[in-house]
Order: sequence, then C-alpha cells, then structure tokens
Amino acid sequence: MNAIIVSAILGVVMMFTGIFTKHKSSITLTAIVALFILLGVNLLNSYGIFSIQVNTHELLYFNKLGLYFNTILIASTLLFVLLCGKEIEKVGIHTAEYYALIFFVLCGTTILTSFNGLLMLFLGIEILSIPLYILTGADKRNLKSNEASLKYFLMGAFSTGIMLMGIALLYGATGSFTLSVQSVQPLSLGTQGVSFLQAGGLILLFVSLCFKVSAAPFHFWTPDVYDGAPTVFTSFMATIVKAAGFFAFIKVFDANAALLGPSWKILLSIVIIATLFVGNITAVFQRSIKRMLAYSSIAQAGFMLFALYSYNDMAYQGILLYTVAYCLATIGFFAVLMKVKDYTFDGLNGLAAASPVLAFSATVFLLSLAGIPLTAGFFAKYYMLASVVKAGGALWMVIAAVLFAAVSVYYYFKVIQSMYFKEGQPELNEITTGFKLGVLLLAAGIIAIGILPSIVLNWLYF
Amino acid sequence: MIALLLLLIPLATGLICFGLKQGNAAKYFSLLASVATLGLALIAVYTPSSIGYDTAWLSDLGSRFTLKMDGMGKMLCLLTAVVYPLIFTAVYRNEYKNASAFFGLMLLTQAGLMGVFLATDALLFYFFWELALIPVYFLCSLWGGEKRIAVTFKFFIYTFIGSLLMLVGLLYMYFQTADHSFSIASLYAVKLDAVHQSLLFWLFFVAFAIKMPIFPFHTWQPDAYEQSPTATTMVMSGVMVKMGLFAVVRWLIPMFPLATAQFSNTVIILSVIGMIYASLIAIRQDDIKRLIAYSSIAHIGLMSAAIFTNNPSALTGVMIQMFNHGINVIGLWILADLIEKQLGTRKLSELGGLAQKAPAMAILLVLMALANIALPLTNAFVGEFLMFNGLFGHNIWMAAVAGISIILAAVYTLNMVQKIIYGNLSARTENAMDLPLNVKLALVIIAILVIVFGVFPQPMIELTKDSVRALFVKN
Repeated sequence: MNAIIVSAILGVVMMFTGIFTKHKSSITLTAIVALFILLGVNLLNSYGIFSIQVNTHELLYFNKLGLYFNTILIASTLLFVLLCGKEIEKVGIHTAEYYALIFFVLCGTTILTSFNGLLMLFLGIEILSIPLYILTGADKRNLKSNEASLKYFLMGAFSTGIMLMGIALLYGATGSFTLSVQSVQPLSLGTQGVSFLQAGGLILLFVSLCFKVSAAPFHFWTPDVYDGAPTVFTSFMATIVKAAGFFAFIKVFDANAALLGPSWKILLSIVIIATLFVGNITAVFQRSIKRMLAYSSIAQAGFMLFALYSYNDMAYQGILLYTVAYCLATIGFFAVLMKVKDYTFDGLNGLAAASPVLAFSATVFLLSLAGIPLTAGFFAKYYMLASVVKAGGALWMVIAAVLFAAVSVYYYFKVIQSMYFKEGQPELNEITTGFKLGVLLLAAGIIAIGILPSIVLNWLYF
Repeated sequence: MIALLLLLIPLATGLICFGLKQGNAAKYFSLLASVATLGLALIAVYTPSSIGYDTAWLSDLGSRFTLKMDGMGKMLCLLTAVVYPLIFTAVYRNEYKNASAFFGLMLLTQAGLMGVFLATDALLFYFFWELALIPVYFLCSLWGGEKRIAVTFKFFIYTFIGSLLMLVGLLYMYFQTADHSFSIASLYAVKLDAVHQSLLFWLFFVAFAIKMPIFPFHTWQPDAYEQSPTATTMVMSGVMVKMGLFAVVRWLIPMFPLATAQFSNTVIILSVIGMIYASLIAIRQDDIKRLIAYSSIAHIGLMSAAIFTNNPSALTGVMIQMFNHGINVIGLWILADLIEKQLGTRKLSELGGLAQKAPAMAILLVLMALANIALPLTNAFVGEFLMFNGLFGHNIWMAAVAGISIILAAVYTLNMVQKIIYGNLSARTENAMDLPLNVKLALVIIAILVIVFGVFPQPMIELTKDSVRALFVKN
C-alpha cells in the first residue's frame, strides 16, 4: 500500500514544485529525491518493516513478487530520470507537470502489481494510461507528437472499452470481480463447464491486454506512437509502462487460463509467433533507429509472452529478469540515442571515434537486447526459453523464437556497424562526464547480471 | 588451477592491452602474454594426470564453472597456445590502426577458444562458444578488406543461428538429465529414444557444421577468410574451425550414439562432397587467400568424415591432424600475408619468379605446400593416412571418392607454388625482397614442427589416446 499512496501524493507534490521554482534543474532534483523516497517506502514495505494498512476489502493484495516488481520499476524510473532528466527538461516548459504525470503513471503501475480484482485492474490500467496520453503529446508544437497522442488516446479508449466489456461479461457469468473465477461455481452453459459468457469475457480481456503490451495483431498503434512521442517519453513508455502491463497480463491469466482449456495455448501461440514475426521482420526494414526500437519492443514483447505460455517458476523468474534486462538496456540505449541529433542509422556513423564511451555502452546495451551471452539479456531470453521447454511439448515454438532472435541480431548489429565500422561525424548534444559515467556503470551492471543473474533473482527469496 | 590460468591470462592481458596507449607496446606485451600462455600450456601437457578447476557458478540453473583437460583438450589448448606466439611474431612488423585494440581483441579471442576447449559444463561451453565469436566479429569488421562489413555480418549471423539452435538442444537435454544439471557426466547419462536423438542431433550438428564448416554450410567461409585481416584469418582457420570438430567428439557423439550411427553416412557423404567440391573450386582460384580457404574446407571435410567412421584409428588420425592442420595452414597464411604486404597483390596471375628474388621464402613455401598435400615425412601425412585408413574400412567407395581430393590437392597446391616462385618475374615481383627476420623465425619454427611431427608423431598420439579410448569405451 505504501507505494500506491506515496506515489499519488508525490505526484501532487511535483505538480506544485512548478509554482515554487522556475529552475528546471531543481525540479528534476526534486523528482530524483521523490523517487528515492518512493523507492525507500516500497522497500520498507517489502521487508515488512513499515506498511500503511488500509482495508481494501480484498480488492488489493500485496505479495513479495508484486512488491519486488514495484522495486524494479521504481528503480528503473529513477535510473531513467537520472540519465534522461536533462532531456525531460528540454521537451517543453511544463517540466513539473511531466514529472507529476510520471508519478501518476507509477501509481498506476503499483496498482497493477497488486490488484486482486478486475475492477482494480481496470483502474490501474486507466491511471497508467491517461497520463501517458498527455506525455505522448507533450511536445505540443510538433504535429507528429499531437498525432501520436490522439491516435494513442483513441486506440487506448477503444481497447479500454473492450476490456470493460470483458469484465462485464465475466461479472455476468460469475457475479464477482475477484480474480480467481474458479472459486465461484461457473454457470454451466458451455459443454466443458465453462460458460459462454466466461470464455467470451476472458477473450475480450485477452485482446485488450494484448493491445496494452502491443502484441500482434493489436500492435498497430505502437510504431506511430513511439515514433511521434518525445523520445524521452518513448523510452519511459517502452520500458516501465510495458513491463507493468505484462505483469498485469500474467496475473489475470495465471488464475484464469485454465478455464479456456487447450484452446488457450493455441490462441496464445498464434499471438506469440505473430508478434515475433511482425516485430522482428518489420524492424529489419526501418531507417530510423527510433522506429526500429519501436518494432524491436514488439519483438521483445513476443519473448515476454512466453511467460504466459509456460506458467511455472522459471516463467516468473524469467519475467522479472526480462524486465530488469530489457528496462536497463532500453533506457540506456535511448539515453545514448538522445545525445545524437539524427536518429537514422547513418546519424550514428563514426560515433565510436567521436565518443568511445558512448559507443561502447551502446554496444553493451544492444548486445543485451539481442541476447548475447555475458549480458543480462542472454539470461532473460534463456529463462523464457527454458520455461517453455520445461513446460514441455512446444519445442517448435522455441526453435521459431531463436530463429527470430537471430533476425533481431541483424537490426541491432546494424547500429553497431554504424557506430564502429562506418566513417562519419555524428552531431552530438552536449555530453557531461556524469552522463558518461552513468551509462558506463549501467553497462557494467548489465554485464554483472549477465555473469551472475542470481544478483537479481536472489532478492525474490530473501 | 593451471586450467583456470590458461583462461585468465589471455583474458586479463587482453583487457590490459586495450589500456595501452602505444601500439608497439601492445604488440610487445601481447607477444609476451602469448609466450607465457604457451609456457603454461606446455606445463599442462606434461602434467600426466588430468587437470581441472571447479567452482559454483549458477547453482539455480544447475550449471557449475567446471574446467577439465583430457588429452584432446590438452592438445587443442596447446595448439591455441602455440599458434598465438607464431602469429604475433609473424605480424610483428605489420602496421595496425589502433593496434592496442587489435591485439586486445586477439587475446580475448584466445581466452574464448581456451574456454571452449576446457569447459566441461554445457552452459559454460555455450558461453565460451559465443564469446570466441564476438571479438572475431569486431576484428574482421574493423581491420578487414573492403567488403568486410557485409561478409563478417554473414559469418556472424550464420554462426549465431547455429549456436542458438544448439542452445535449444542444450535446454532440452538439461530437462532430461536426472539431476537437472549441465555437467558433462549428467548429459552423457541421458538415454533418449532414437526419434528424439535424431532431432537433437541435428540441432547440435548444424551449429558444429557451420563452425567447421562442412558442405553445405560453408558459404560464409571463403569470403570471411579473404576479407579478414590475415592475423585473424590464421586464428579462424587454424584454431576456430577445430571448435566444431572438437565439439562433435566431445559433446555430439557421446550424447547421441544412436543418432550418430543413423546419420554417420549422411555426414560422411556431405563431407566428401565438400572435399571434392572445395578442391575443384580451389583449382580455379586466382587469389591466394581464397585458394587456401577452399583447401582448408577440403581438409576439414576429411576430418569430419573420419570422425563419423566410428573407427579408433581414424579418430586418432583426426586428433593428430587437428593439431597439424592448424600449424600448416598458419604457415601458408603467413606466406600469403607476406606476399600481399610486400608486393601488393594476392593474384597468382600477377606473381612469378620469386625463387630468384627470395630463395628462403621459396624453400619454406615449398615445404608448407608439401605439408598441405600431406606428403610422407611431413606432419600431415600420418593423420591423413590414418583417416583414409578408417574411411576405407567404413566404405570403400566413399574412401575412393575422397581419395580423389588428394590428387586435386596436389594439383592446386603445386600450381600455386609454381605460379608464385617459378616463371618470369612480373612487374610486381621485380623488387621483391626475402623474408624479414620475424617472419623467417615464425616460419622456421613451423617448418621444424612440420618435420618433427612428420617423423615422430608418437607424442601427439600418446597425448590424445585417452580421449580416443573414452569415446569407444562409451559406445
């Protein structure tokens, strides 16, 4: 409960800092302090030292996994602000409001890690989404940003409608909003003991959540929105927000997937393969790195969906590791990318000569995204694939997944080629020593997790 | 402890090398480091018992950091250790842009190779398998020829697909082990039925076949060898291709005996096709580097065919030949590199008459060429003889077809020698000079090895005897 309440309060506090100070950098500093506070109270909660108790009538349920996930997401946000704070200040004049919206998004994510009923799921998704619609359009003089925001809003509203319809059908079937529908006696309209309403409701829920995590064929908004949004917020959307969406997705279907029987696995494997296919193949043909990253985030979502497919202990460890690896690498890479003025592949030509530190760190981030051993990304993918092999029976999907992973090497390495093997003079923004040190530490962290993934996973069992 | 040091010295010195400001210091430092590794490898070889190192690593995943040297491991570590000082000596006078990074990456490759040959934990093995690849990718793309980026990328994607398929196979095997472990003993103990074995066999074999490379997975190789900086080509063709052969003996055959028996003829036929095909193409080559590359495919084809004959003497031949091919091919690359650096061309049609200008080079070239044809008294003869012997016992027709490649090898190798050292001087070769001292030193050492192991191959046979025996006791 700590994180939900504190993040909401801090969001309001951030809004008011804009009144008291006009210095953008002091607003960023406040946000960093606020994030440390938020991280602190969440850690207090997860170690059981101090937690605010509110009777939520079983609408919320806090467990170690959820609280740990909060820690990961808040820490990633902290990292994001530390590395990209300067870029947030450059987006527009309403810096304080941007930070306030980020805190509201975090409030949404903390609800998504702890909901125990479909009603709270809906609230969490909405609290998460609405600030994002605004952040996407934050660059209000840029037509592309406006377009992205409107598109995101319309598509988001549509999918929320579908989700509500699904929840309504489930409520109609069971008379309850609780997550675990199995505990309630199903009205046996269907032949297998699952009512038509229940199955329909679950499928609608599935579709809307696929939309939120941008799984194919519900991914069409992603490239345009990620491309149009100010880059700094794309980085935020593609990592923290997406990971929270995944957590919710897994939580909903952990309790309910069994109701759909064997058709669930068929449905899911179609979505997974389609997502991997669309994401990887389309990313190959992109000219802009930002757009390539949008498609690559779809491809990465395909890998994360494997956790839904297998549902075992490795899947849970895997999704945690995947979140950490993916967030660190993507935030890091976007941070480097924002220092370059031209986002095409050619814009990075010769970066290795111009700034060896940036090029080296970016290489580590890309290797991690591609899943090369000795980086965190390798173990993330490893756990996902291992969980599927462990669940048994679907070796063909694993083989398909690794072939798509090989495709992903193509577009990630194209960036490395630009940086190291092509001559050029990239136009760079001002790079401080602190920033260089930051990305270098981040790269070191990724390698450390790549050698000993237990750094991340042991926390789960402390 | 020695096993760990064999891994750590190249790794640590490689990383230090990046920090060195001066290119010459890096050259000198890496030469010293590689000599130190060689000394250590010699100690390891002369230690009679098996050497190992074991510590906890990923206990959640059932993987331990386990290194162990058996005879084959010792032999290949020795090869890796011998080759590096030779390469560094031979390229000592070459100028490299950003030399400290070049030599640092070379040493990191060595660390990866050592790891592959030492690891007896499958996940650790996979790690090193990939890690040997990454520095080579940067080496070739940064210091290679004009088409380097595309060519190296092809090479990288090829091998990466192979290793990912191997990873899937490893994962499957892991969940079949009784104690959920990646240790080699647990994996050997898994008894799968024939259907699963044949599926998994191919998942692993494709990875190894791409690395070797055998037909039809070889298409990356001639381009990559041609475009890479020659020092890297030497590592690739001298040592890296042995990774594939090694992995077949170490992992594939013991894990899937039924599938090996089932598919051995398929693999042998592919290998023999590759031998003939590569030899025929080699005859038509005008570029020295491409000629050696295709000749290398033919030699590797024979080795991979011999492994699958299920015959102890053939396997002994493979063991000897893995070492000797590594030495011989490096000798040829050193000469090719020298010719290119000195005369500015690699085309046979533009060369000629070098025997007049550079007699020492001509003598050494002839010696390397004879070793490449596997003439008796050169080191390659013993191995090839044993391998053909095994192949003959397996299937006379396959042996007969493969035998044609010996004749073809003589055709293209002698043709190359003839065009380089005989004939009239061309515009290019008029001002040729004889070998510089460092190259001469490297080549003379190789020549000594060629003759010593040609006359007295026994130490190599003794060294790898336990690995050969282990494979056949197991089957």
